[in-house]
Order: sequence, then C-alpha cells, then structure tokens
Amino acid sequence: MIEALSLPFMQRALVCGILVAILSGWFGAFVVQRRLSFLGSGLAHAAFGGVALGIFLSVPPLAIAVPFTIFVGLAIVWVQQRTVLAADTAIGVFFAVSMALGIVFLSQTDRYTTDAFAYLFGTILAIKPADLYLTIAVAALALLTCPLWSRWAYATFDRELAAADQVNVLRDDYLLALSLAVTVVVSIKVVGIVLIAAFLVIPAAAARLMTRRFSTMTLLSITCGVASVIVGLIGSYQLDLPSGPLIILTQAAIFAGAFLFRRG
Amino acid sequence: MTAPAIKASHLSVSFGGYDALEDVTVEVAGGSFLAVVGPNGAGKSTFIRSLLGLVKPTSGRVEIHSHQPGKLPPGTVGYVPQVKTLDRRFPALSIELVLTGMRRRWPFRVRASERSEAMEALEKVGMAHLAEAALGKLSGGQLQRIYLARSLVRKPRLILLDEPATGMDAPGEQDFYAVLDEWQESSGATIVMVTHDLEVAAHHAGEVLVLNRRVIGFGPPETALGEHHLSEAYGHGGHSHGKIFGAHNHD
Ligand SMILES: Nc1ncnc2c1ncn2[C@@H]1O[C@H](COP(=O)(O)OP(=O)(O)OP(=O)(O)O)[C@@H](O)[C@H]1O
Ligand SMILES: [Mg+2]
Repeated sequence: MIEALSLPFMQRALVCGILVAILSGWFGAFVVQRRLSFLGSGLAHAAFGGVALGIFLSVPPLAIAVPFTIFVGLAIVWVQQRTVLAADTAIGVFFAVSMALGIVFLSQTDRYTTDAFAYLFGTILAIKPADLYLTIAVAALALLTCPLWSRWAYATFDRELAAADQVNVLRDDYLLALSLAVTVVVSIKVVGIVLIAAFLVIPAAAARLMTRRFSTMTLLSITCGVASVIVGLIGSYQLDLPSGPLIILTQAAIFAGAFLFRRG
Repeated sequence: MTAPAIKASHLSVSFGGYDALEDVTVEVAGGSFLAVVGPNGAGKSTFIRSLLGLVKPTSGRVEIHSHQPGKLPPGTVGYVPQVKTLDRRFPALSIELVLTGMRRRWPFRVRASERSEAMEALEKVGMAHLAEAALGKLSGGQLQRIYLARSLVRKPRLILLDEPATGMDAPGEQDFYAVLDEWQESSGATIVMVTHDLEVAAHHAGEVLVLNRRVIGFGPPETALGEHHLSEAYGHGGHSHGKIFGAHNHD
C-alpha cells in the first residue's frame, strides 16, 4: 500500500479523485435533496456531446465541452422556469439531444474515437499533471460557493420561505446549475461520465440516511465520497481490478451500510 | 397619524390573463387583527403573497409601513405559510426551522445564544419538547405551531398567516389563537390571517376582509360579514350571518 502511494500516477489519481469527491459530495447534497439526481447524468452526457464536438473540430475537447455543458445546465433551468415542465423532463430532452449530437460528430471523426472513450470511462490512473492542475483550479473556485450554502439550503427546504426572506431563488438556481456543470465537465476526464453521476448521487444519498440535519448530511456526503475514492483506488491496485467501478462499489457498500443502520 | 401597517391601492394581480385580484384597496392600521375570508380560489393566498413581495402587482401598489414589500428592513414580516409547501424529505430539526426566523438563512449549526431564544419561542407555542424532533415526522398541527414559533422569534411588526388552523384539532386551534392574541397584545404587532372559519374571523379579528377577486366587504366583522356580502362572496345558501354571530351568544 505504501509502495502504491509512492507511484506518481497513483498520487495524481488520489489527489484528483479526492478533489472530485469533495466537489461532488458538496453539490451532491443539494442535487439529492432537490431531486436533481438525473441532472448529474444529464450534464455528463452533455459534456460528452461537447467533447465530441471538440474532437470533430480538432480543438482541445474541454475548450468546447466546458461552455457547452454550462450552456446546457443553464438551459435546463431556463426551460424549467419558463414552462410547466419538470426538471427531469427538461433534462431528458437536453440529455438525448447532446448525446445524439456527440455521436453524429464522432461518426465524422473515426481517427480519434479512442479519445472519446477515455471521457466515457475516465482515465483516473492516467491523469496528466495538466488535468490535475485544472481540477485543483476548479476545486478552488468551488470554495467560493461555500458562503452560498445557507441560501441554497434554505431554498432547497422551501423556495417560498426563502424568497420571502429576500433570497433570490431564481438566480441561485442558475448559480447551482453553473457550478454543477463546471464540476461535471472537469471531472469526466478524471472519472468518466458514468462515475461522475454516481459521485453526485450515492455519497449524498448515503449521507441522507445517516442524519436528520442538512448540515451534517453535507459533511457526511463529502466524507463518504472521499473515503470511497481512497478505498476504491487502493483496492483496485491491490486486487488489480478497474478503479472506477471499484470506487462506485465502495460507495454502494457505504450506502448499503447506511440503509441498514438508517436513522434519518 | 402614523403610516398604516398595510396599504394596498388598486392592487390587481393576474396570472396569464386570469385576474386573481382586481382593484383591491384596503388600509390596515398598525396593531390590528385582520381576517381574510373568501371561497377557494378567491385570491386570499395571492393577497398574502403580494404583501410578501412574492407576486408582483399587475397594476396598483402595496406598501408595508410605507415600504415596498421587497425593501422592508429585515425581520419586519413573519410568515406562516400553508403547511402543504413543506418538503418532508428535507433533513431538518424543528429548532433549525425556528432559527431561520432569526437568521433568514438555513443554519449550519445551532449557536448556544440562539438556542435559548429559539427555545423560548417554542415554549410559547407548547412545542419545546419537540425542538430536536425531525420536522418530517411531525403532524400538520405541530408543524403549524413550529412555523408560528419561527415567526414570533423574529419579533415582527406584521405577521401573515395563511390558513394556519389547517390540520389542527379543536383544542390545539384554540391554543393557537390564544398564543396569537396574547402575543399581539404584548407586542402591538399587526396580524393578517387567512381563514375559512367565519366564526374565528368574527371573534378574533377586529377587521375582516371578504374577498372574491374583488373586495366584497371590509370593516368590522359585524358589517363586513353582513348577509349580502356573504351571499355575494360565496353564492346563496353558503353561510349565514345569523349563525356566525348567533352561535357564540351563549358563551
Ligand atoms: N402562481 C400562479 N400561477 C397561475 N395561477 C395562479 C397562481 N397562483 C394562484 N393562481 C390562481 O389565482 C387564483 C387565486 O388563487 P389563490 O391561491 O390566491 O386562492 P385562495 O383564495 O388562496 O384559495 P384557497 O382557499 O383554495 O387557498 C386561483 O384561480 C389560482 O388558480
Ligand atoms: Mg390559499
């Protein structure tokens, strides 16, 4: 185990994985309580569409995927606020369209499809220093959203009460969607589309079962995510199994434990 | 003369072409107890929500202590919403909800100094023993009292209550109004309460607003709840002036 931690690629994997777990545990608490679990998958697939477009245009995929995912995140909120459609319906529409666009673009660029697969499943054990710095930068930016916790939490509990106390709930919806979009898009290079959706939902869901307070839930959500990354990564090295799935299985084990001993 | 607590002038609110409120003009003096009555869909909640600044007037204006609703000094208004808006899956303790009355934000942790103030408010409504209870597990009537504690802890000049008695047993309801009456007397605050119970309106409120999109009647209960106002608001045969005022003659 000590030997594993001395390998630079393992160190990068751990640091990146832990940062992604902190970010997604933090936002995941809101995602789960606002019933936006589907938004994680939706944004991850939107990011895939953006990556595919980047590959098609032969530019760095994230240069397209970041604005594209942010656009989709904001558009989902916009549609939901302007129409009678529920969030999951709006997500379902954008999800499918992004995926369809991504596949059209990739079909025109057979040279680089292997790159696309790296985004689908993540390359946590092959993280380059540049990816690491990007993740650190986004995690630092996410620190700026810490003061928003009590506003977001209030509006998550009851939008009307929050609005009556001068919380700008519409603007906060956009801010949350924006933060989520950025988190998802920088995380998929590291952990992949499938895994990021799990990161946003499973640790927060487990945390919800363990507590009756939202503040505790937020902290536990981050803790469960971080613990899963550490256990999953080291386990995958020891057992020579793929790391992404092992991280999800660790999250699932924590969830199962929380379910059996639930008190919330 | 001091400015009225509430001043609505020609207030109209419409939702996509449907007029929920039409040309509502009322003035409520500070320290009054106003009951708002009217049939379902009469615009009672819309009236309350426009006093909170949650819906914007299509025309006309609203002032609370000479301020626009959204621009009041923080803590001026306490609001007890209809319970049905509560998300029972949200992890919260009663005391945390009461603290939102003080902080106007969701509390990350409960500070000792705030706890004693919150407990005092919970004591007033008889819910101190449920301070650490999970909100999602409480009954409708218990929740309404916690919401009242949340409003009282703020020490507001104006309390807006939207059908607070929904889901309460009869003794609980009487307790609730007693707390409200007592608190109004000691603090001199203004109370606006939506209710479907015309007897409660007649016996607790100093003034009654009978609403059915427009103002049907407004004034002291005896005149506002007059027979012709009630039949105009509710249609014929719904309620009888004699029954409302007669029922308590033997009290
Ligand atoms: N946000 C909204 N969007 C569209 N229509 C609305 C909205 N809020 C209220 N309405 C409409 O305005 C009318 C008045 O609604 P309101 O909730 O104010 O009635 P109410 O008097 O409180 O009724 P109840 O006794 O059932 O609580 C209703 O016809 C309702 O459909
Ligand atoms: Mg109503």
